[in-house]
Amino acid sequence: MFKLTVNGLDQEVDVPGDMPLLWVLRDVLGLTGTKFGCGIAQCGACTVHVDGVALRSCQLPVENVGSRKVTTIEGVGETDPGARIQKAWLDLEVIQCGYCQSGQIMAAAALLATNAAPDDDDINAAMAGNICRCGTYVRIREGIKHAARG
Amino acid sequence: MPRAGDPIALARRDLLRAGTATVFVLGVELTTSRIASASAQPKVVFAPDAFIRIGGDGAVTLIMPQVEMGQGIYTGLTMLIAEELDLATDRIALAAAPASDKLYGNPIFKIQATGGSTSMRAYFVPLRTAGATARAMLVSAAARGWKVAPETCRTEAGYVHHDATGRRADYGSLAALAMRQPIPVDVKLKDPTSFRLIGKSHRRFDTPPKTNGSLKYGIDAMPEGMVFATLAASPVPGGKLKALHDEQARKVPGVRDVLRFDDMVAVVGRDSWAVQRGLAALEIEWEDGEHRTLTTEKLRAGLNHSAAGRAEVAKEVGRPLELLEGDGKISVRYDLPMLAHAPMEPMNCTVHVTASKCEMWVGTQVMTMAQRAAAEECGFQPEQVDIHNHLIGGGFGRRLEIDHIRKAVRIARRVPGPVKVFYTREEDITNAMYRSIYGVWLSARLQDGKPVAWRHRVVGPAIIARWLPPGFDGKIDNDAVEGAAETPYTLPNFRAEYVRHELPGVPTCFWRGVGPNVNVFAVETFVDRLARAGDTDPLIFRRRIIADSRARAVLDLAASKAGWDGPLPVRTGRGISLQMAFGSYLSAVAEVGVDDNGEVHVRRLICAVDCGVAVNPDGIVSQIQGGMIFGLSAVLHGNITIRDGRVEQSNFHDYRVVRMDEMPEIEVHVVRSAEAPGGIGEPGTVIVQPAVANAIYAATGIPVTRLPVDRALLARGGRT
Repeated sequence: MFKLTVNGLDQEVDVPGDMPLLWVLRDVLGLTGTKFGCGIAQCGACTVHVDGVALRSCQLPVENVGSRKVTTIEGVGETDPGARIQKAWLDLEVIQCGYCQSGQIMAAAALLATNAAPDDDDINAAMAGNICRCGTYVRIREGIKHAARG
Repeated sequence: MPRAGDPIALARRDLLRAGTATVFVLGVELTTSRIASASAQPKVVFAPDAFIRIGGDGAVTLIMPQVEMGQGIYTGLTMLIAEELDLATDRIALAAAPASDKLYGNPIFKIQATGGSTSMRAYFVPLRTAGATARAMLVSAAARGWKVAPETCRTEAGYVHHDATGRRADYGSLAALAMRQPIPVDVKLKDPTSFRLIGKSHRRFDTPPKTNGSLKYGIDAMPEGMVFATLAASPVPGGKLKALHDEQARKVPGVRDVLRFDDMVAVVGRDSWAVQRGLAALEIEWEDGEHRTLTTEKLRAGLNHSAAGRAEVAKEVGRPLELLEGDGKISVRYDLPMLAHAPMEPMNCTVHVTASKCEMWVGTQVMTMAQRAAAEECGFQPEQVDIHNHLIGGGFGRRLEIDHIRKAVRIARRVPGPVKVFYTREEDITNAMYRSIYGVWLSARLQDGKPVAWRHRVVGPAIIARWLPPGFDGKIDNDAVEGAAETPYTLPNFRAEYVRHELPGVPTCFWRGVGPNVNVFAVETFVDRLARAGDTDPLIFRRRIIADSRARAVLDLAASKAGWDGPLPVRTGRGISLQMAFGSYLSAVAEVGVDDNGEVHVRRLICAVDCGVAVNPDGIVSQIQGGMIFGLSAVLHGNITIRDGRVEQSNFHDYRVVRMDEMPEIEVHVVRSAEAPGGIGEPGTVIVQPAVANAIYAATGIPVTRLPVDRALLARGGRT
């Protein structure tokens, strides 16, 4: 039994300790906004915040989460950077198929939380781990700058 | 135009029933104003055709024939209906169409399919006609009630107005009476000058729930009582299971069963993690079968052997063969590799099979094909299969196929209750269907600075023969020769040939950009070879031989926006490309640097697009931006290789795709046009590849004749 705080709610889950947080969120808690893309931390679709830091939930065993607070795409709109990124994504129509965008938004919100005015290099460093097959990168880049300005 | 007696009109009396019985409304609110569940659907009282439902409360639903996979078609097609119906788009709820080729067959394919950049081309007139027909019947109902002439009424924002008497009635109040009006036989569509919506960028309907995790893709389906399953199919097509040791897998907590099939193994359990651990714990021995020694080199050799054989002639003009005899011609062979689609949503299908019914939750580009496949696997009639179609987390052609649906149904038949069958990314890459290898042979002779003779031979599988047999005449695959048989150029002695070559041991399918990916790459890089052979600037050379005015316009626009003649640093070059395919005209300029290690840095991409009427201009820009990135991945990285009959790549570390840090600047310029709409999902992927290849040629003097780019070659041979 593990105690988790997800999007401000305390949860108890009865799962093996090595179960990655991704599957706890999706299959046990029903928070399907966090996506499975590769399972080896290559694509970033599963990105969540753990105490505000963007992490790949497919590589984070639930037993290692501890008392740290987990924020997912379903809850990131409650944070100021998250809400600004979500708004920017809609303002600029960043999204196409959208499957990777939970992870993109989580990565971008974490960037904005620590860097109020990221430049292209900052954006490359923070976002290169998040793959988008639809190729929305141009608008993701603009969206981050738009959110930073806004 | 709908006419009495045509299938749609005949089906009208069934539509009211169909409208409530079989339509699955999307499992999520598309926007706050959109309706969330089928049970919340108001009673439909007006159903003039297969697409429009209007309730007595004025709720309007569009039964959406095409599938949304990121291309924005939900928005684009809704705009068409809203335009002619004189209704705000936010008054229209969307429902994914149920399986029916008769009602929802794509007018181009005749089956219910979303692909090939056909949606807007296929539905621009039919859906406007549907909207205009519904509008005319609502006007007719109002006019009858008011005892005035229909011509004296007008419509605006969901109301019929009669200005002379100051009366108005909302569509809901007219719906019941409208259903009893005759269907007009020759409904008039709006003149483009009076469009309110078409031609203006419109917000997408599907994006709000994609920003907060609430949109449910197929992989997110969770029917009550569902278990999970993942699988390993024979890594060599045609291989069989020889031996299985599953003792360790069965000990994994949460694993409930290990299912053996003749060609695959599935692990069933309580969650995705348990079944993945179970899968990893299996010891599987395969009998690899006849393709066990297959390699990429053997595949290429087989294709080259076919290429030397007899070809079908797709088009011939003048005396090309005679003029190409003897020395002095320019000939180039192009080799294109196998590619995977690798959509971000791994392949998946949730299935519940009972004694008499198969229910599926999936995102598919081919509803009726999926339905038939599931029925075949179950021994059912298609009507016994209900599909909840979902928005798709990336298609690119992969979800035009139903191989994963068949596997999921086979597994589900042996599982009590619903089961979500999902592929690991490794299974998704190694056991997929692939873009085939292709070969193109081009020959031309220059005379007076122009190609006096031209011969194009493309060699590859006829995907259409398998995917849509009625679309194949037994000789020429029209997709395989698109971009070869018709070019934007004046070629007085011309021959385009096709050699069908099916790959052994590799399942092949469509891949974003389809046939033109192959032919336009070859033609456009070959044009640069000819230009440089004649010591002519590639832009000037194209202008000299261009035949089509729309093609010329996009070429000039792209060149001018790119600053074609501007200075560049060493080992940096500009390349230009031109295409007419999918009913659209595109030209792109790439600005590319090649470093001493042969690494290719794409700095800028400029694209000019004439796709006819630009229904949703920002959506077009978005598709071209994204399509070019998809194509750029193919140029820089995409390569699926075979060894011992197996795919050698397995995940995004060795099947690389473009990432943010490789992103060029991108500019897209959309030409205003009143021509019929062309396709827009595929073209960007096509146009970027020769543009980048030509820029590399310009930067290094090394022509690119095979993809992905060979960095060793560019490093060795490059100028400094």
